[in-house]
Amino acid sequence: MRPARQIAHDVQSGVTTAESEMATSLAAIRAKNEEFNVFLYVDEAGALDAARRVDQRVANGEPAGALAGVPLALKDNLCQVGIPTTAGSRILKGWLAPYNATVVDRVIAAGAVVMGKTNMDEFAMGSSTETSAYGPTRNPLDPSRVPGGSSGGSAAAVAAEMTPLALGSDTGGSIRQPAALCGLVGLKPTYGLVSRYGLIAFSSSLDQIGPLATNVADAALLLEVIAGHDPLDSTSLPEPSPSLVAHLDDGVAGKRVGLVRELFEGAEGEVVAAVHRAAEALRDAGATIVELSVPEFRLGLSAYYLIAPAEASSNLARYDGVRYGLRVDADDVAAMNEATRTVGFGAEVKRRIMLGTYALSAGYYDAYYGQALKVRTQMIDAFKRAYQQVDLLLGATTPSVAFKFGAKTSNPMAMYLSDVFTIPTNLAGDAAISVPFGTGEADLPIGVQLLGPGRSEAQLLAAARVLELADGRP
Amino acid sequence: MTLAPEWETVVGLEVHTELKTMTKMFCGCANAFGAEPNTQVCPVCLGLPGSLPVLNVRAVDLAMAIGLALHSTIASSTFHRKNYFYPDMPKDYQISQYDLPINSGGYLDLPDGSRVSIERAHLEEDTGKSTHLGGSGRIHGADRSLVDYNRSGVPLVEIVSGPDIRSSAQAHLYASELRGILIATGASDGRMEEGSMRIDANVSVRKIGQPLGTRCEVKNLNSLRSLQRAIDFEASRQFELINAGGVVRQETRHWDEGLGETSTMRTKEEADDYRYFREPDLVDLVPDGAWLERIRDTLGAMPAERRAALRAHLTNPSPAQLDALDVVIDLGFDDYVLGAIAANVDAALAMARAANELATDVDHLANLTSDAFATTLTMEQSGQLSATQAKTVLLELLAHGGEPRDIARSKGYEQLTSAALGDTVSEVIAQHPDEWARYRDGDDKLAQFFIGQVMSVTKGQANGKAVIAELTARR
Repeated sequence: MRPARQIAHDVQSGVTTAESEMATSLAAIRAKNEEFNVFLYVDEAGALDAARRVDQRVANGEPAGALAGVPLALKDNLCQVGIPTTAGSRILKGWLAPYNATVVDRVIAAGAVVMGKTNMDEFAMGSSTETSAYGPTRNPLDPSRVPGGSSGGSAAAVAAEMTPLALGSDTGGSIRQPAALCGLVGLKPTYGLVSRYGLIAFSSSLDQIGPLATNVADAALLLEVIAGHDPLDSTSLPEPSPSLVAHLDDGVAGKRVGLVRELFEGAEGEVVAAVHRAAEALRDAGATIVELSVPEFRLGLSAYYLIAPAEASSNLARYDGVRYGLRVDADDVAAMNEATRTVGFGAEVKRRIMLGTYALSAGYYDAYYGQALKVRTQMIDAFKRAYQQVDLLLGATTPSVAFKFGAKTSNPMAMYLSDVFTIPTNLAGDAAISVPFGTGEADLPIGVQLLGPGRSEAQLLAAARVLELADGRP
Repeated sequence: MTLAPEWETVVGLEVHTELKTMTKMFCGCANAFGAEPNTQVCPVCLGLPGSLPVLNVRAVDLAMAIGLALHSTIASSTFHRKNYFYPDMPKDYQISQYDLPINSGGYLDLPDGSRVSIERAHLEEDTGKSTHLGGSGRIHGADRSLVDYNRSGVPLVEIVSGPDIRSSAQAHLYASELRGILIATGASDGRMEEGSMRIDANVSVRKIGQPLGTRCEVKNLNSLRSLQRAIDFEASRQFELINAGGVVRQETRHWDEGLGETSTMRTKEEADDYRYFREPDLVDLVPDGAWLERIRDTLGAMPAERRAALRAHLTNPSPAQLDALDVVIDLGFDDYVLGAIAANVDAALAMARAANELATDVDHLANLTSDAFATTLTMEQSGQLSATQAKTVLLELLAHGGEPRDIARSKGYEQLTSAALGDTVSEVIAQHPDEWARYRDGDDKLAQFFIGQVMSVTKGQANGKAVIAELTARR
């Protein structure tokens, strides 16, 4: 499949039509969806309609947008008017969103053709899509393995060449980890850069929507479209969308890059080796590599598994059977709430709701949630100190390449460790990108991770572009 | 039964007031009472998946106005989530303020000279409204329940007093004075019957001088009368319980207006753990000095100050005159009364006409100018209109507007000329020589007889005071 920016260019210049690009995408989805279980819903009629509108704009000689005619997949926690939106949960089965997420409005305004909604771990709680109520998604590079998660469906859509672009959400690594496992570029933006309005909340202080793409330039293109202030999200940053595509070739000459021990220790040898080769590549491009240790990063996982479940326990309270989604009838309201939630939520979601409820409870708040907030503050300070020494940080995205189905489902801690390198960025509210760099076991892709301070997306994309070139991709 | 003399009632009040904003606290839906159920709702106030709150700045303005009126410290504040399951609360948490409220501290001075401390006055969102049909009529045991989310997300300020109130009468006075302040700030319409002001009372009893007793929180107080009755009932209940060797349990109690008693809703052990934590979807609320000054500049005089200003125009007021004064302050008729006083109308007359006539038709005050009110009363005072006629003119002015003199003329309230009145009085005297003789001998009661006769002859056109003047002149 051609890069998104090429498709947009060709559609705008009349070389191809949005409708034919849509048809190509739809054909790929029809051919592969049954095997990989990527899309939970395919909006054939809506996509055709959207494509024809783009073609009409082109025919009228109007600019059709930066994503003119580009087929795009949405993670199923993003609301789109009239489209089933489940967040991978049985409790929202059949719910039709009555409004558009801000990012959905923005991609449509930019000419993108939304093909449908992709599978995900239930309420984004998981790292493999195995917690989805609708069955796991298979990794298109090796169907016996997971695509990562929670944005596993979005990653698989791009990896299986069903769409050139997809939107995911990243609370503790849910864009970067599946990007790494599927050989894609995935970016978690600075907290507040992209509006969360219309994103079904998992952990409100950590969630960010971001792009998944086959290449760095396409990720930059999509991020430019969705970023920028939104008055409907109080935590939205006040600035307009940053200029990213224009800075893709800025390189890393003169930049200082911190190679952080805590961001690769414990990873498979082949992953550690890839990180070191990436450091070499950046040095070759003119960066200075500084070896760093940030011990606070080791505390990230524990703090995250208190803060995220605590917020989730509150965010998911509304799924009570009263107004929408699943309702399991019972004798009175409280019994109906309980029956609905017992049937509607899967085991991992229940585990986290219990964990979060406990962490916030009277008598335990200080020891758990309160303590986690202090760790979070330490994490923010540790990042600040690191960025006084260097411009960007380098590490692994995941401890290993894509793992087999069931390898970690029986041991939640093992699954949680999949996100050990990605979580610190979410806690700090900073930005990070995963970019493919070499391969490992079974020729599967390895992702390396570049981390930067808030609003460093342009620098991160430029550095990722250096690694992309060094890895032999034009 | 009342408390023994060495015992006292201790009350702290939590007053919830809906703020009179155009739109709700976190979305653009209309904030208006009485619409068809579930017509003023959107993804945000229905708590739909993915929706996010955005704070209504006008609600903050009004909360700050309340804080200023209560002499509170207004500071940077944060929002928290109060988590509990309830069907009329769409997110199953309420966005409220917790450890850092917008207004902390302060006090309210009552007309009886007492001062009640204010602990805090914080912002929060209202819930929807449940109606339970059939069966018990309450959430447990009803056949079915309906929920109207029009009220969901309406901005509220909860004003918490210190435990400084010592009687049900003082509680009534506090609530009434606070209501006056809420109306004066423009924060609320103070309509308890529409639920825009709701009160919970924390009641305990103790032997004077002893530490505070265990308190019970009484809910469902929908009028000032309920408030007063419920406190009296609850204090007696607790006193009797202690007297009988029992112990008061900390609990929440429900006031039943029909039965006139409180009953257990839930005990302390059954109370929810609200698991408060910072609302991650909102940012800190930091009102700067300029914002605060802007609110201070728009704040008018508070009821206590206004009451003192009007009170100064009354010498040795009767209880009825003081009642009229309260009504004038309550309903904000200050400008009418002060305008009339400036036109040399007697203050007590102006307050009486405002409290009795204007109060009957508050929805049409726009029809009545301050000048027209003063003119009407001047005509009454000078004898051009009788009291009855003046009242009729006022009601007509309220209903349709216009000029008092035109209305008087169109109603046929043409005052008799003095000459005509004098002739009529002479005729009446001539027709009743015996009564006249007794009157001249000092039987003052007969003045009423002659006024009645003159009124009858003139079909009510004569002014009573003018008739007395004529009689006196001939006596």
